[in-house]
Amino acid sequence: MTTTDTTSVHTRAASLLSFDDVEMTFPDGTVALHSVNLDLKRGEFVTVVGPSGCGKSTLLRIASGLETPSHGEVALATDRIGYVFQDATLLPWRTTRRNVELLAELHGEAKDRRAAAAQETIDLVGLTGFEDHLPRQLSGGMRMRASLARSLTLDPEVFLFDEPFGALDEITRERLNDEVLRLFTEKKFAGLFITHSVSEAVYLSTRVIVMSGRPGKFVAEFDVPFDMPRDPEIRFTPEFAELVGEVSHALREAH
Amino acid sequence: MATDEATTTSAVADDTAGTGAATSDNPATASAAPAATKARKKGQSRWLTWGPPLGIAALLVAAAYIANAALGDRSFLLPAPHAVLSKLWDPSSAPDIWTAMWRTTVVSLTGLAIAMVIGVSWAIIMNQTKWMERALFPYAVMLQAIPILAITPLIGFWFGYDFTARVVVCVIIALFPMVSNTLFGLQSVERGMRELFQLQGASRGTVLRKLELPAAMPAIFAGMRISAGLSVVGAIVGEFFFQRGTPGIGSLINKYSARLLSEELFASVLVASLLGVAIFLFFGWLGKRAVGKWYDFG
Repeated sequence: MTTTDTTSVHTRAASLLSFDDVEMTFPDGTVALHSVNLDLKRGEFVTVVGPSGCGKSTLLRIASGLETPSHGEVALATDRIGYVFQDATLLPWRTTRRNVELLAELHGEAKDRRAAAAQETIDLVGLTGFEDHLPRQLSGGMRMRASLARSLTLDPEVFLFDEPFGALDEITRERLNDEVLRLFTEKKFAGLFITHSVSEAVYLSTRVIVMSGRPGKFVAEFDVPFDMPRDPEIRFTPEFAELVGEVSHALREAH
Repeated sequence: MATDEATTTSAVADDTAGTGAATSDNPATASAAPAATKARKKGQSRWLTWGPPLGIAALLVAAAYIANAALGDRSFLLPAPHAVLSKLWDPSSAPDIWTAMWRTTVVSLTGLAIAMVIGVSWAIIMNQTKWMERALFPYAVMLQAIPILAITPLIGFWFGYDFTARVVVCVIIALFPMVSNTLFGLQSVERGMRELFQLQGASRGTVLRKLELPAAMPAIFAGMRISAGLSVVGAIVGEFFFQRGTPGIGSLINKYSARLLSEELFASVLVASLLGVAIFLFFGWLGKRAVGKWYDFG
């Protein structure tokens, strides 16, 4: 295992995920992505905002290997990838516990080890006491928490979020944003988050990228200067509002 | 006092149903529906479930008596319901009918079991690749389209005129719902869930075992219930044609109609219908037990 050790030493400072001139053209001719370059390092939380249908999700699908780009290179320096889908995608016949255990189970881990790991992440996302509930007995927000817990069992180095909170109400969404930030400061993964909410993007990220409509390409990039861990009150400061305004402007121009 | 308490709890229950204890995101609030309302609602719904069909049954029985009286000396065409029922314990006919009923049950359950195994396997094979589905599905449809009465003589010809041939008729008639329902169930899995497995590099077999088959269970049980009813039909058709071996209900129906024993004939038809209903209800109950926790099986 010396080879993997050396690579991880090398990649510590380098990027965990990088896109080099990536293009995606679908068989029907639509160009979803056009010359995309991206470097994602440990401790970075990058959010991509863009109009719907601009290829944001395609970006994640390529990053995770669900899709192969038609041109360009994607390099991933880890195999510990968390992927949070738009829906919670919990198996309806499994309890919270068994759902959270699923990924470890698919990797053939021993029963007691995966049970311990599942309990840990269930506690971490605040679902303690709901281990034996079925998904239908949980609210939308709780299902999303369970979905987060499931990804966390892999202890991901790269965490991909595909508009995970889009279907939730404002309050639940804000609460889960805080949850994600807490996990980020605790676990120090590299996050790539897709959303169409500008304030969510600014609140969560160290860097916000604006994407244009079809063909999707990166048109603007903003560094977010606020410290981590972030105070939820930051959302009500003029500096925050100003940055949200700038990003919104760029987004409107990109449309 | 007790009723007062029940009303208050029901008010609370309605309230929580509106705002939804489980729909709030706060994991601290769990919901437990008050038992009192549950019981009352259950009593109400039981009346709503059983009342109307029982009413229709009463009307039909009354109509049978009226018709029986109106027919006069041709009343054998529609015997009085109590005369039909009495054949079910009359020592001259009851042993024959109940033995036949048992025989029919064995034939149809055997046929159903075989149809289930073949049907589910067939669907799993078709689910593997698109071209297998394209190659095999037309034959499932064809099986469905074959008029069973047209090939029944052929089945007797090939398999003898006994138990095996009767079971084969059952299998043919009960197979299609198993195939089509299982296939539909296997393919009903959401894309996101498939991708979840794909991202972990899960093998085809793992996806089948841990994702597709569990997801297909509601559809499989629904298919089972339909097939169960059909397999009773198959057993009776088989017995009607294949007279060798222990007689089943179909054999009795054949015999009684030939001898114009109308009370016995009606009693046999009644028993056959009851068998169909009982099997249908049993598989409904089984499905509810198996998947009712996470799926509204009804």
